[in-house]
Amino acid sequence: MSDTTAGMIAARKPPPQARKRWGAARIAGVGLCAIWVVLGIALVASLFSGYDADVFNRYMPRMIEGLWVTAKLVVLSVSAGAVLALFVALARMSDNWIVSKLAFVYVYAFRGTPLLGQVFLLYYGAGQFVDYLEAAGVWWFFREAYNCVLLTFILNTAAYQAEIFKTSIESIPRGQWEAASSLGLHKAQTFWKIILPQALITALRPLGNEIILMVKSSAVASVVTVFDLMGATKLAFSRTYDFNVYMWAAIIYLMIVETLRRVWAVLERRLTRHLER
Amino acid sequence: MFNFKGMAAAALAIALMSGSALADEWTKIRVGTEGAYKPFNYIDSDGKLQGFDVEIAQALCDEMKAECTFVAQDWDGIIPALLAKKYDVIIASMSITEERMKQVDFTDKYYNTPARFMAKKGGAITDTSPAGLKGKVLGAQSSTTHSSYLEDNYKDSEIKLYATQDEANADLAAGRVDAVLADSVVTLDWLGSDAGSCCEHIGENYNDEKWFGKGAGMAVRKEDTALKDKLNVALKAILENGKYKEINDKYFPFPVY
Amino acid sequence: MEVLSQLAWGANGWADELAAGTWLTVRLALATLPFGLAIGLLVALAKASGERSLEAAANIYTTIFRGLPELLTLFIVYYGGQMALQRLVGLFTDSYVEVNGFVAGMVALGLVFSAYASEVFASAFKGIPAGQGEAAKALGMNRWQAFRLVTLPQLIRLSIGGLSNLWLVLLKETSLVSVIALNDLLRMTNLAQGSTKQPLFFYSVALLIYLVLSLISSRGLGAIEDYVKRGEERRA
Repeated sequence: MSDTTAGMIAARKPPPQARKRWGAARIAGVGLCAIWVVLGIALVASLFSGYDADVFNRYMPRMIEGLWVTAKLVVLSVSAGAVLALFVALARMSDNWIVSKLAFVYVYAFRGTPLLGQVFLLYYGAGQFVDYLEAAGVWWFFREAYNCVLLTFILNTAAYQAEIFKTSIESIPRGQWEAASSLGLHKAQTFWKIILPQALITALRPLGNEIILMVKSSAVASVVTVFDLMGATKLAFSRTYDFNVYMWAAIIYLMIVETLRRVWAVLERRLTRHLER
Repeated sequence: MFNFKGMAAAALAIALMSGSALADEWTKIRVGTEGAYKPFNYIDSDGKLQGFDVEIAQALCDEMKAECTFVAQDWDGIIPALLAKKYDVIIASMSITEERMKQVDFTDKYYNTPARFMAKKGGAITDTSPAGLKGKVLGAQSSTTHSSYLEDNYKDSEIKLYATQDEANADLAAGRVDAVLADSVVTLDWLGSDAGSCCEHIGENYNDEKWFGKGAGMAVRKEDTALKDKLNVALKAILENGKYKEINDKYFPFPVY
Repeated sequence: MEVLSQLAWGANGWADELAAGTWLTVRLALATLPFGLAIGLLVALAKASGERSLEAAANIYTTIFRGLPELLTLFIVYYGGQMALQRLVGLFTDSYVEVNGFVAGMVALGLVFSAYASEVFASAFKGIPAGQGEAAKALGMNRWQAFRLVTLPQLIRLSIGGLSNLWLVLLKETSLVSVIALNDLLRMTNLAQGSTKQPLFFYSVALLIYLVLSLISSRGLGAIEDYVKRGEERRA
């Protein structure tokens, strides 16, 4: 067979790897990166040159306190919201049409209206009915802006989380219900022991997004006198007109959100490694 | 369909305008005010700005033969927006204080009324000193002389700050705050209304110059001295020709100057 | 009901003010949309470009504007943007720049919208097989033709669901501009309740209006989605 190859044209070497050239994309990319770097340097420079020890010493501690308030608001509302959301999700999937309609209306109303408006409605609305609330013995709760905001946040995030739970519960194949029932498990057992653990894993990613959204939207608490991170920042700005305080707040918020996002991604990867193929 | 032309215009509303032509003459003046500080400045159910400040501003403009336009601005942003040249002068019951003088310049005062605490009727609170209000919840509008005074002197009380005076009043009526420090005249109007019937003035008048300044002035940018001088001349004129008194009497049964 | 009379149209009631506020809310959301979509698409193209520096620049963009609270972004654009522009223009002339609340709101909301939209577009890009680009090239199309005739129609189909959600989010987020005294629906409601001392009633009305806007939007978007996905049924 060697003679056949002899008549063939010798195999050519592969063409040399095209050297990466400075195309339009790279020029644009480097240019944009340069803009980011310049902006970053400008920010750092402005933070240093505009640094006012007086302002910093006076308001940084308040902002840290505010950060703690923000953290409490988010953790409490997301966890309490999750519990409520589970029941709302179950109600949504209920066979009783009145229950499922009610749950649907709840979810729709809270998801279709702005959080800021909901906060105003509950806070100032409650202020209008002090007498009734006092008679009902619940005014002590609504008296505090913090409680009003927390309650609004819980109701709001529960509506969003209910949708997340519903979608993920429905994503579990129906066959599992049938299999469990043929093994003699009743419905509640099936739900808590088989369906829910799997559903929670599918719900992980959207839940992470929801936590991040709550961190960000918690800033609206500042409009009804709560001194969360945003509230403390606004206070500092209103007294000093020092724009750097907004920059400090921006950096703090960015760090929190970025950290949360990364931690959550690691967590999700660990919990779902058995699903990888 | 939708008004895309209007939208495009709005998108281009970062408008470059030549300021120098107007600046020297001051025949066109943009006045910034808040619109939530009844009876000094407020927006009525017709969406129009009304009040003592607004009428004084109009009288000054007539006196200067200038064409004035009014811009409503939230209180927290009222000085930054002046510095950003959104308008040329703030006529919004702003007290002349040292802290603000670092940022802007003021005309002479155009009225001066003291601050006073309000609380629920029934005398639960009588002592308005820092010791007497220890542990109580105090309210004020944010970025005001009143909020600065509370923050600096009432360290043992919980302080709540509101974007508008209306909101602070509403929370006093609701019982969320125990006392509110505010301008005594502004609150007089509210105390006389149905909503404010729950409450009354308590304690003494506060007018410590370190916090409350020398009365309410009109704020201009530091470089606009010509405008400041013009406003001062016009103010003097309306004080003398009775126009000021006429407006004063329309709003208050006593002189506020 | 006595409260209802406060909803009268004209000088004595608040209905016309609320209507004006609603109109501003709708206009603001509509004005933000094209701006946010265009930037979002550009950022997504940068992310899918394969050029590392361009991807990095795009990722910084989304990290920042998805990470900051919308309220803070709004304050930074409104106060900071005005100060920065003023300083910039001050270098050259003594004329002034006016950033009105509407533009500030539009820019701030647009930045946030585009950051999220770029993620929607980017994942839609991943749903389009790379082979199609090669096939288009083999057919003699240039890059622009390939994008316009092959990629874009599929991109719209794949991203319409995500974008619909973002529109509903945008509609609600416009309410934040009320804190910078832009007379949107929520701010008009604040004024109305401050004047009438009927917060429960007026805020309920406002939320109901937002709900109706959402309802109309999702109906409309559903119809658009059905239209752009009309080709899918045949395959099923």
